[in-house]
Amino acid sequence: MRIGIDVGGTNTDAALIGDGGQVLAAVKSPTTEDVTSGIAAALDALGATDVSAVMIGTTHFVNALVEAARLEPVAAVRLGLPATAALPPLVDWPDRLRETVEGAVHLCHGGHEYDGSPISALDVDELRAVAADIRRRGLRSVAISSVFSPVSDDSERRAAEILAAELGPDVHLSLSAEIGRVGLLARENATIVNAALRPLADRTVAAFGEALRRAGIDAPLFLSQNDGTLMDVDHARRYPVATFASGPTNSMRGAAYLSGLTDCAVVDIGGTTSDVGILSGGFPREAAGEAMVAGVRTNFRIPDVLSIGIGGGSIVGPDGSVGPRSVGFRLSSEALVFGGSTLTATDLAVAAGRAEIGDPSRVAGVDHERPLKVVAERVAEAVDRMRTSAAPLPVVLVGGGSVLIDRLPGFDDVRRPDHFEVANAVGAAIAQVGGEVDRVFSGPRETVLAEARAEAVERALRAGAREGSVRIVDVEELPLAYLPGDATRVRVKAVGDLDLEKIDA
Amino acid sequence: MRIDTGLLPAFARGCAVLGSGGGGPVAIGRAAARQALEDHGPVEVVSPTELDPSLLVMPVGTAGSSAVMSERVGGTEEPVHLRDKIEELFGAPVGAVMASEIGGTNGCLAVAWAARLGLPLVDADGMSRAFPGMDQTVMQLRGVSPTPAVMCDERGRTVVIDHVTGRWLERFVRASLEAFGGQVATSEYVLRGHQVASCTALGSVTRAVRLGERLPEPIVTGKIAEAGGSVLVEGLGPDEGRLVRVEAGSEFLAVIEDGAPVAAVPDVIALLDTRTREVVQTEQVRYGLRVAVLTVPCDPVWHTPEGLRLAGPAAFGLTGLTALAAPGGLTGGSGTGGPGGPGGLGGPAGAAGAAGPLADRREVAP
Repeated sequence: MRIGIDVGGTNTDAALIGDGGQVLAAVKSPTTEDVTSGIAAALDALGATDVSAVMIGTTHFVNALVEAARLEPVAAVRLGLPATAALPPLVDWPDRLRETVEGAVHLCHGGHEYDGSPISALDVDELRAVAADIRRRGLRSVAISSVFSPVSDDSERRAAEILAAELGPDVHLSLSAEIGRVGLLARENATIVNAALRPLADRTVAAFGEALRRAGIDAPLFLSQNDGTLMDVDHARRYPVATFASGPTNSMRGAAYLSGLTDCAVVDIGGTTSDVGILSGGFPREAAGEAMVAGVRTNFRIPDVLSIGIGGGSIVGPDGSVGPRSVGFRLSSEALVFGGSTLTATDLAVAAGRAEIGDPSRVAGVDHERPLKVVAERVAEAVDRMRTSAAPLPVVLVGGGSVLIDRLPGFDDVRRPDHFEVANAVGAAIAQVGGEVDRVFSGPRETVLAEARAEAVERALRAGAREGSVRIVDVEELPLAYLPGDATRVRVKAVGDLDLEKIDA
Repeated sequence: MRIDTGLLPAFARGCAVLGSGGGGPVAIGRAAARQALEDHGPVEVVSPTELDPSLLVMPVGTAGSSAVMSERVGGTEEPVHLRDKIEELFGAPVGAVMASEIGGTNGCLAVAWAARLGLPLVDADGMSRAFPGMDQTVMQLRGVSPTPAVMCDERGRTVVIDHVTGRWLERFVRASLEAFGGQVATSEYVLRGHQVASCTALGSVTRAVRLGERLPEPIVTGKIAEAGGSVLVEGLGPDEGRLVRVEAGSEFLAVIEDGAPVAAVPDVIALLDTRTREVVQTEQVRYGLRVAVLTVPCDPVWHTPEGLRLAGPAAFGLTGLTALAAPGGLTGGSGTGGPGGPGGLGGPAGAAGAAGPLADRREVAP
């Protein structure tokens, strides 16, 4: 048995999955300020302690960034001079967040050209002076980026060694090559965000562990990452940024699992928004370009999700419009069916007989037909925007607000699976482990691809995948047409089932 | 007019539209311009008619791959090295900067570099939009020599190219690009003040600002129903029932409805994401995107027979399209560039579209 937990802003959901893959139990409990007691309560309610692993998905870290709270000031060290001076680190950040996060900015020598040849030599004295400045300012977290580090991370690693030797083990170092892909500013931003979250990650991961101990569970703990794969606790402490989009990823993967589909659209309808994503081969389609997170341009590997302002708590206007304003978590006091005075989307669903929530007599006579039709049309339009071809596409509805929908115009196959309300916790429980390669190769196409695939598989195995279960799920080639010498940027992703024995060993 | 950090977003948006779906990552150029304006103060925009006849005007831009530019972000000293070498070659001080290419990221970089040099920016450019070829300029049409031309990087590693035509300039730039790491700053078709009014696309900077502040009415608004070499836009809302095809290479090249061209290169064709209001580049096109398709006229000189030979539909491999009459009433010529036509070394510049999503601005066809 394994347990999946989703720690959201409002609720902590947990699901117990049997060895045969069936959902044995599911609970929802309120998220608490200390995180620990909310998880402990959910685990108690599940009542199972003899489990082989616990997987947690959380929005805790992304929320910290959105709120600009609980963040550590960061020293941003970039290696690449004299290139890149036109745009120093943090240049494109929103002012409020920048004030919170900017501890110091250092532009240094180092970095590489696209082909791996050095831009300039790393300057040891320069980096020692940077270390002295970091120490003088009392900064405890450092983000290191260098030009084309996805091609060669040599500069970043050597700079990290120098800084670590000067600053000691109490200062965290985050390296951009381990966090993002080609695109310096976006990768560097993600690295700075990661650095700002490191102390919070230490505390939070410790709180998760404490919750397990309190519930009497002695099983390995994993956190789910943006791409639907798992990382162990140690990795999570060092790369909190990798959890940023795990919420939508888990709900989409959970939806796939519960419905038995691997290629479909998923609509997760919560209290305020409907989030639409596309699953392909069981994994969420990732956003192609740069993703804005809390106003910061990043290139996290995050699912391509379209959110529209329709949820169970959406306020219904006098003209029959629904959303984007929502009563949010006050649904249980403000909705008509709960004795409140606000007409919400949930009231419409109850009036239409699609849900049995609260007191249906309070919504008798409410005109539900037209507003619910508009809701269905807008959700259908969002799904249509996300699809990549005109081929028929099944749609899976999950989340508490999914009772708003029974049919979607233009889509024949619309389903709401059992346990739809805890799809995200189920998604956390079934996560796999993966390995990814994204860099510029040169040479003949077949050789390049074989090399990249082998490297991705190797990385998945190292991450804890079971031998024989690893498969390539994504290959992307971008010929760098204007660079001679057959240079090709190749992205390959491999995933496999988690081998618990390997983890224990 | 002065460009400061307040006016920059509108200007940058105008540059993005004038990229016609290409022209490289405007986000990088815009951020560099913002930083330079903060560091060095606003940039004075001067009218071509106000220039001293003997003033040396330095057109500037970058050439290379977008992927490299988004990683190996430029330095601050490229314009200084360009200027120093141009002054040495021409024996006179550079008095003003001009964008070689207003469309895309190069329009924004011209602002950044003018700010860095403390020089005014001429309200003109070489293209009135973005083109993939370095020689697809009004200066080329008017017989201005492209050389001596200078390529350099942020630390002043410099290549001077002399005694070649526009087409050969591209060949030399391409040959040097690898050594420069896939990205290089360039200045070519250097002008004197008295040449600017007759040998460039006039009013480009003010036009970009105006465009950024107010976009023209779209040709059609709808969703992308087919992506690939050509893009099918299915009309929605008031345009329900219309089907419009947009031909694309490195840039958007033509808009065709009911078999007839509605807009075509050399005029600018831009796609706008109706959800985000962001300009959509050719490599960002994908099924389901809600877009508005718009067109903006290029400089009328591109609709003359010589202009069309250098940058008309045929130069981009659109042989089935005869040139459209310009919105200004100019009539087009035959528009045939002939084999190995203008702007192309190994084929039409439009072939660059086959190179995939990394194809972009002022790049040389492979």
